[in-house]
Amino acid sequence: MTQISETKRELALDCFLLAGKVMMESGAETYRVEDTMIRMAVSQNMSDSHCFITPGGIMFSPSNDLPTRFVRIRSRRTDLERVALVNSVSRKLVAGELTLQQAYEEMLVIDRTNYLFAMWLQVLAAGVASACFLILMGGTWADLPFAFVIGGLGFLIVETVLIKTRVKFFAEFIGALAIGTLALLVVNSGFGTNPDTIIIGSVMPLVPGLLITNAVRDLMAGHFVSGLSMGAEAFLTAFAIGAGIALVLSF
Amino acid sequence: MNWPLEAFLSFMAAGAFGIVFNTPRRTLISCGLVGMSGWLVYRSYFLLFDDSVQATFAGAFSVAIVAHVLAKRFKMPMIVFSIAGIIPLVPGSRAYNAMRNIVEEDFLEAISFAAEALMISGAIAMGLVFAEVLMQIYFKYQAKRIQRKIGMTQN
Repeated sequence: MTQISETKRELALDCFLLAGKVMMESGAETYRVEDTMIRMAVSQNMSDSHCFITPGGIMFSPSNDLPTRFVRIRSRRTDLERVALVNSVSRKLVAGELTLQQAYEEMLVIDRTNYLFAMWLQVLAAGVASACFLILMGGTWADLPFAFVIGGLGFLIVETVLIKTRVKFFAEFIGALAIGTLALLVVNSGFGTNPDTIIIGSVMPLVPGLLITNAVRDLMAGHFVSGLSMGAEAFLTAFAIGAGIALVLSF
Repeated sequence: MNWPLEAFLSFMAAGAFGIVFNTPRRTLISCGLVGMSGWLVYRSYFLLFDDSVQATFAGAFSVAIVAHVLAKRFKMPMIVFSIAGIIPLVPGSRAYNAMRNIVEEDFLEAISFAAEALMISGAIAMGLVFAEVLMQIYFKYQAKRIQRKIGMTQN
């Protein structure tokens, strides 16, 4: 194995940890992050590196006699475009199309840029998804506009409360509460016909689909710490939504 | 059942979820197609055999297979395609009915709905697992075949 200079090694470590951090913050599966970091390390002649990832932080040890580095992951959200971008940069680095310096600079750009769709477009998409699910779950066409509005509004409320309070389960609880209240109001005032299908359709954008998929795939790959904690998060999210709806229905 | 309408609605729903999850822009249509294939497989299995657990397994299995194939094609992580497709299979109405019956203090009914919702969630997980294992075996077989081919050309 060829020895690499200290500055280059530090740059390589910064690059790997940044890649891992961006991927974990954007909702990639744990085993994919680990795989990406190890592949990048092997491409930089660090063949006996070790890496341990939990949803809260990443530990990376370049070799047995060098110090281990640690990075903390504070917030997580779903941003699949970032996952795909980091993935393609790491592919290019491994294939030798990019030097380490170039790869690190691209990672920094990815870390700083906001790739999210505009908020109004996300709300519109949530409304469209709710309206589609209303019909798919057997609702009537007369309820369609209500599901569209309530679904979009529920998503907007969750995102707003999340920014204000930073407590995810509370935000989902408030969102579900608002959805249930609005659906019952619409039906009781004589405009809507069936509150059940309106609520089911409108709640759909809040369902933790990413967490369920990631939990299953991580458990299968043997990452029990992150698999179980993501499963717990998915369960708590589902519980928060259920509690919000139940509170409305109990009146 | 109105096939073109359901296909269109599931396509729109999965594409809209693609926007909510911020998938890369050029994969949005593929995300919609994944969701559509999953939903159509689920619905046709359900109409044929009238078993929602097995139908969900079939739906999740086809979602994961299509997502794996697209992931290879686009050279992107598989979750980019699978998440939007899985959402329509989530047992939302059963979980809702379970919750509603708990509130109405009809616990026997609630337990049967909750058990069904749990079984369907398990079916989604098993569908993902089976597809993953199958695709890994297939990719390994393909890689070996390519290696053998290269070996033959070198000889």
